[in-house]
Amino acid sequence: MSEQVDATIKPIIGGIAWSTMTKGARNPSRLVKFFRRHPEIAWGGLLLMIVTLLSIFAPLLGTVDPRALSTGNRLKAPSPEHWFGTDMLGRDLYSRVLYGGRISLSIGVSAAALSAFFGTAFGLLSAFGALLDGVIMRIMDGIMSIPAILLAIALMAVAGASIENVVFAVTIVEAPRVARLIRGVVLSLRDQPYVEAAIAAGSSMPKIILRHLLPGIVGPLIVQATFVWATAMILEAALSFIGAGTPPSIPSWGNIMSDGKALWQVKPFLIFIPAAFLSVTLLAVNLLGDGLRDLLDPRMSKRG
Amino acid sequence: MLIYALRRILMAIPVMGVVALVIFGLLYITPGDPAMVIAGDQATPDEIARIRVSLGLDQPAYIRFGTWLWQVMQGDLGTSIFSNQPVALMIDQRLQPTLSLLILAVLLSIGIGVPFGVAAAWKRGKAIDHALAIFTTAGFSIPAFVAGYALAFIFASTLHWLPVQGFTPISEGFWPFLRSLILPAVTLSLVYAAVIARVTRAAMLDVLSQDYIRTAHAKGVRPYMILFRHALKNAAVPVVTIIGIGVATLFGATVVTENVFAIPGLGRLTVDAITHRDYPIIQGVVLLSSATYVVVNLTVDILYTLVDPRISY
Repeated sequence: MSEQVDATIKPIIGGIAWSTMTKGARNPSRLVKFFRRHPEIAWGGLLLMIVTLLSIFAPLLGTVDPRALSTGNRLKAPSPEHWFGTDMLGRDLYSRVLYGGRISLSIGVSAAALSAFFGTAFGLLSAFGALLDGVIMRIMDGIMSIPAILLAIALMAVAGASIENVVFAVTIVEAPRVARLIRGVVLSLRDQPYVEAAIAAGSSMPKIILRHLLPGIVGPLIVQATFVWATAMILEAALSFIGAGTPPSIPSWGNIMSDGKALWQVKPFLIFIPAAFLSVTLLAVNLLGDGLRDLLDPRMSKRG
Repeated sequence: MLIYALRRILMAIPVMGVVALVIFGLLYITPGDPAMVIAGDQATPDEIARIRVSLGLDQPAYIRFGTWLWQVMQGDLGTSIFSNQPVALMIDQRLQPTLSLLILAVLLSIGIGVPFGVAAAWKRGKAIDHALAIFTTAGFSIPAFVAGYALAFIFASTLHWLPVQGFTPISEGFWPFLRSLILPAVTLSLVYAAVIARVTRAAMLDVLSQDYIRTAHAKGVRPYMILFRHALKNAAVPVVTIIGIGVATLFGATVVTENVFAIPGLGRLTVDAITHRDYPIIQGVVLLSSATYVVVNLTVDILYTLVDPRISY
């Protein structure tokens, strides 16, 4: 299982980290200047990188098998031997939290990527298809009228518990929000004189979309995808927490908290340690999203 | 005005239709047999057959959708697979705690979010504005159930000010009732108040930069009069909109929060339904919450035209 997750998460996260590092190496002073101007991106990125590296290199960081039971070691408080203590089955919480990051982060990244893809597709289709527009937007309105977590719960109930289904559920919930945003951006861009000029000059539709509209979409899309990433991780945790998410045998942050909830009053660390990791990661992603919004999407900037 | 209201109500019908179609269609999106998934791994063929009949999966989809829609419109949400009781009755029994919690959370969120947002816009760039930025970022980064456990740990387990878990019906006295709802309501308010505050701040900044506000300052109108009589009234539309839209988030957060605080409401019912694989109950709760959301936002939209004379349709 963990190899499978490895294969999905490493290229994505690794790619981001690698490109950031090489850029830094090529021109450190410019990077420092950039981070000083956008402290949210710097802090968000740094925190996210720490959490990501911790999960990727979990096997090298003194962890044991996150699923190894040890009945003699149940509910041990944090100690030098078990940094975060052990749960009611004697499993090492430190190992579980680090490996859990792999599951939670990759669910977030995959759901964000899929929502961005399908959202953009439907947004473009809606903005250009006169007849389709009404139909697509009514469907999106309908889906958005269903409280996100309840729709996800209903989906999980019929689809069954698996990592793929959690990603699928989050995508169905979030893609309409992306579609609506993209439709709005495209509609406003389409009325810009330079696009009208391109249409008048006889450019083909695919060329107009690729050369004139996509560059305008990318900024808002990246910002939105970052927030979908955060929402996806919250949804995964909430679904797993109430027993409708990732299968209980897989240590995701939501499942670790779900395991701890029966005993949280006696052993609060069972909940609060994974909760802290989840919240710090969400904070990082939200900071990154806010920073990127200031950078890429000046119209939406909260410092308006 | 009346025509606008009618048109707006007519527009809500297709949205509700899509909601019904989505909730109904979910049963058919999975590649396998939904009756088998819902029945679970240890089900006997008899049980699977019973579930298939009770969900109507033995009939063609369009016939089943028609019958189901007709039943729903008459208030019949089907029968629970696990307890064999009507879903509508089971929902009705759980309505009081959830409704009390939701109302308290909405009031609390508006009470925190609006003044906080106004203050941050008024003192832009000052300490209170930074405090708001921290509060909203924290609100978005701490999931409801995490906040719930943290609050329960501090105020119930450690300080013993409030009960840790459970719900006291209002029939057993108002104060015990309120005490049992304070922590869950605060938990729900964190995200919701953060959203309201952020939108209030943005809307107020927008209004405060307009000419008539400067004129009012120049005339020597007292600052709090400008803030509340001139500015807040005009910033109300986006704020009221986000309050309406946030109801969906609030509904979702209730499911988890009720689970944290062991409140026997709709959220508990949903979570128990997940454990028992009782799909008709989940269907009923989803339908009810979506309908509530649509009705709340419809009301908000129509209320605008009453509150704001500039909006005419």
